[in-house]
Amino acid sequence: MSGGSDTVRLSPFDRALLAGEEGEAPKLAMRILARMAEVRGAESMLDIEAAHIDSTIYVGDAGLEFAERLASLGARVRVPSTLNVSGLDEFHWQEWSVPPEWAEKSARQMRAYDSMGTIPTWTCAPYQGRQTPRFGQQVAWGESNAVAFANSVIGARTERYPDLLDICCAITGRAPAVGLHLDENRLATRVLRLRGIPEELAAADDFYPVLGHLLGPFAEDDPVAIAGLPVIPEEDQLKALGAAAASSGAVALFHIPGVTPEAPTLADALGGREPVAVLDVGLPEMRAARRELTTHDEGALDMVVLGSPHFSFGEFGKLAALLRERGPERTLPEEGGCDLVVTTSRAVRDLAERAGLLEPLHAFGGRLMVDTCVLATPMTPGTTRRLMTNSAKYAWYSPGLLGSAVAFGSLAECVESARRGRVVRDPGPWD
Amino acid sequence: MDRLRGQVIVAGTASGAVLYATQPLSFWGGYDAASGRITDTHHPLAGETAAGAALVLPATRGSSTTTAVLLEAIRRETAPAALITRGVDAFLALACVVGQEMYGRSPALVCVSEDDFRRLADWPRLEVADRALIRVDG
Repeated sequence: MSGGSDTVRLSPFDRALLAGEEGEAPKLAMRILARMAEVRGAESMLDIEAAHIDSTIYVGDAGLEFAERLASLGARVRVPSTLNVSGLDEFHWQEWSVPPEWAEKSARQMRAYDSMGTIPTWTCAPYQGRQTPRFGQQVAWGESNAVAFANSVIGARTERYPDLLDICCAITGRAPAVGLHLDENRLATRVLRLRGIPEELAAADDFYPVLGHLLGPFAEDDPVAIAGLPVIPEEDQLKALGAAAASSGAVALFHIPGVTPEAPTLADALGGREPVAVLDVGLPEMRAARRELTTHDEGALDMVVLGSPHFSFGEFGKLAALLRERGPERTLPEEGGCDLVVTTSRAVRDLAERAGLLEPLHAFGGRLMVDTCVLATPMTPGTTRRLMTNSAKYAWYSPGLLGSAVAFGSLAECVESARRGRVVRDPGPWD
Repeated sequence: MDRLRGQVIVAGTASGAVLYATQPLSFWGGYDAASGRITDTHHPLAGETAAGAALVLPATRGSSTTTAVLLEAIRRETAPAALITRGVDAFLALACVVGQEMYGRSPALVCVSEDDFRRLADWPRLEVADRALIRVDG
């Protein structure tokens, strides 16, 4: 492999890193970056101000060896760098069926990234913490849902960074100047047009994961605008929309006129151009997409799981209210009921605890998992075959990653189903 | 002889049975690095063994972890022999670049035009050689 490139204009700083003047770790990171800049057809590299590192997830020894190679070369990040979920809930993994070898290797991978001067957020929703980028800032973010949120809701500028490259950007403070880093590539080229959606439905939390699920395959990886939304969505709803669209598709930027910062109007989102494709979506399409997220719609459940992306403080508030409403009566797991598991970050858990929002969950016998999620750590025993969730991302990936059947539902349906140990439906505004 | 040229991202000599799909694939939740099988239940190639094959996909989708999963497959030698995409897919390209860096090996990775991508649909096997894709019958 060549160290530099004939086509990318590298700065004196880039060339100094390539030459090893800043040490072996930046040299390796810049060699990979320069090669990727060439592959992407970049003319130059640009400075980034922050990074979010998805490479933290343990999926096998290769990722661990890469992390430990960088760490052994003395790698340090040059910009504030938050960490995505790991492969382990370090303090509670023994409560689950996580093999000790997995735990040991995941923990090693965590220590390798810790050693680089990173911020140990261990969350896939870093945008709901204190390390949130600002509008217009150039950043290098990994984690597909976080990329969609950073670009769309905040208006920060990031490409979809894959594992292994995010950390190279963080170590060098540089990124190829391509794609969504550049203003001209941020205009919507496709429009999803909502038609005849009742306000009550558009205000419901479970509208957004379903909308995102439809958006993914339509948008492919082009910036897309959503027109005709009759309400202003909340932050957690936009988060669910992005996570769903980045699972069923490769959506890294969506615009909602009047809501997201780069789209005061639909014409602004499109830059005054005609869209290359328009998709009309009404109630029938939304109902069909909602059904598509479910592979198991009746009978017993093994687990109800919430929190992909990681549960926010606001979501804990909603869950606490639902649990308080009906009291702790339930069918217990040992009586044929099911587990209720919520995945979140350490920081949000601590805030929710101080606000008293975890008490109803503890009283119910629900369980918390931090730093990771049910998809990223092998915590579910082979007997967990039937899941229910309000997350389109969990619903999308569980069949492939866990081999489980899945039911998608609203938070209220999930809570009631957890109480009874079987799928309970209450279609509400979907009727 | 059917032969077409593409943009060679990672050169190499490789041949394999063609696994062709027009849907993108996330390797995280979609590719089992232990067995080299495609496991994404949403994908038409679910259940197929891609290890050693010529995997023809328009692109990846979704998860950032696709790269780490392909790198793990390269480490375990359960990766496809060749990857053919429609246009450049940076996620697959990165895994191949880091695979060379870490393990000194990588699938051959070639990007083709939209028209050429469609032509590959009925190729039973292909060979990557001399910066070209060559159809192999039987």
